[in-house]
Amino acid sequence: MAKAQIKKKSVFIDMTAMSDVTVLLLTFFMLTSTFVKKAPVAVTTPGSVSEIKIPDKNILSILIDKSGKVFMSLDKQADMVSTLEAVGSDYGFSFTPEEIKKFQVQSTFGVPIAKMKSFLALGDHDKDQVLKTQGIPTDSTDNQFKSWVKHARENNEDLRIAIKADQDTPYKVIKDVMNSLQDLKENRYNLITTLKVMPKEIK
Amino acid sequence: MSRNRKTRQKKMNVRVDFTPMVDMNMLLITFFMLCTSLSKPQTMEINMPTKDDKNLKDNDQSKVKASLAVTLLLDKNNKVYYYEGLPNYADKNALKRTSYDANGIRSLLMGKNMRVIEQIKALKLKKTNLQINQAQYDTQASAIKDQKNTPTVIIKATDDSNYKNLVDALDEMQICSISKYVIVPITDGDKLLIKNLESK
Repeated sequence: MAKAQIKKKSVFIDMTAMSDVTVLLLTFFMLTSTFVKKAPVAVTTPGSVSEIKIPDKNILSILIDKSGKVFMSLDKQADMVSTLEAVGSDYGFSFTPEEIKKFQVQSTFGVPIAKMKSFLALGDHDKDQVLKTQGIPTDSTDNQFKSWVKHARENNEDLRIAIKADQDTPYKVIKDVMNSLQDLKENRYNLITTLKVMPKEIK
Repeated sequence: MSRNRKTRQKKMNVRVDFTPMVDMNMLLITFFMLCTSLSKPQTMEINMPTKDDKNLKDNDQSKVKASLAVTLLLDKNNKVYYYEGLPNYADKNALKRTSYDANGIRSLLMGKNMRVIEQIKALKLKKTNLQINQAQYDTQASAIKDQKNTPTVIIKATDDSNYKNLVDALDEMQICSISKYVIVPITDGDKLLIKNLESK
């Protein structure tokens, strides 16, 4: 009888302390971290000893994958809209407000401007699939990349250009991108790399 | 009487069960841990010369002393070659093989830039001993790097080399504290030199 009575006694654990800890952790994560952007292609960046951090705002990032496809992303949605309109008018396309709305929420864009309309009409899942196979044309005959960068710069004077390329990307593609940037007098840009430890003898 | 009852109610211990609160917090933490990244990506800053300023470029090029110039040629399959001084396409032995590891380009450039590296090292030591602050370190370091008679490196990459090769080469500039380097397109003469060396 006595045994059964002990078993029945409910054990109330005070969760207040636990709650304190979790809230603290939550606050820490919310303040220190930044959201991961959805990238259409996986990219392994090369290592470098450089320790400069990328600035927070006003970034035009250029993503180049192994096979040389070029994608771009802007961190301000307002810039994206005006850039799309400017590039569209260059090539004789105009976009409906609905299409612009759809374009705004894209984290990364990179389809030839002629295909932009049909791309924006696709569903979310199809968009991800199609985007992987596209890319902004950079060759000298049809350099839409240049036009994108030019108009992005017109819309935002403080824009910093960051190039994130895969380590196995052929130099030819990098050269095309750099030449296009040079033509636009964009001479300063950042190459995104992963951190490598400085060799000992220099330290 | 009514007063007495009130005080008794106030004394009653109110215990709130925090378990659901903890559950929710844990869920949020998990979400944040999975969907965000803590570290900002590292970058490497580069400045390219302007294309139009032909005059300026020619002037700059003539400033480069032949004895201090090193040209790196990056080729496919992670091969790298170099020659010192101005390109001399008639001299078939000018081009030499080297590699991206510590005994390759790095030891070559460090040998040429020893004076600057020593000064930077001394400066770094000062900084770690808190004799100077970061801003002072930056200005002094750039002054050291910009002094005269430091080697100039010209990087030329072939179309077959990859992006990693380029970043590795730029990285060596940083490691060896070389302030003057430039990426220029490769010439046919350079390609011929590589072909010659490979066919030997």
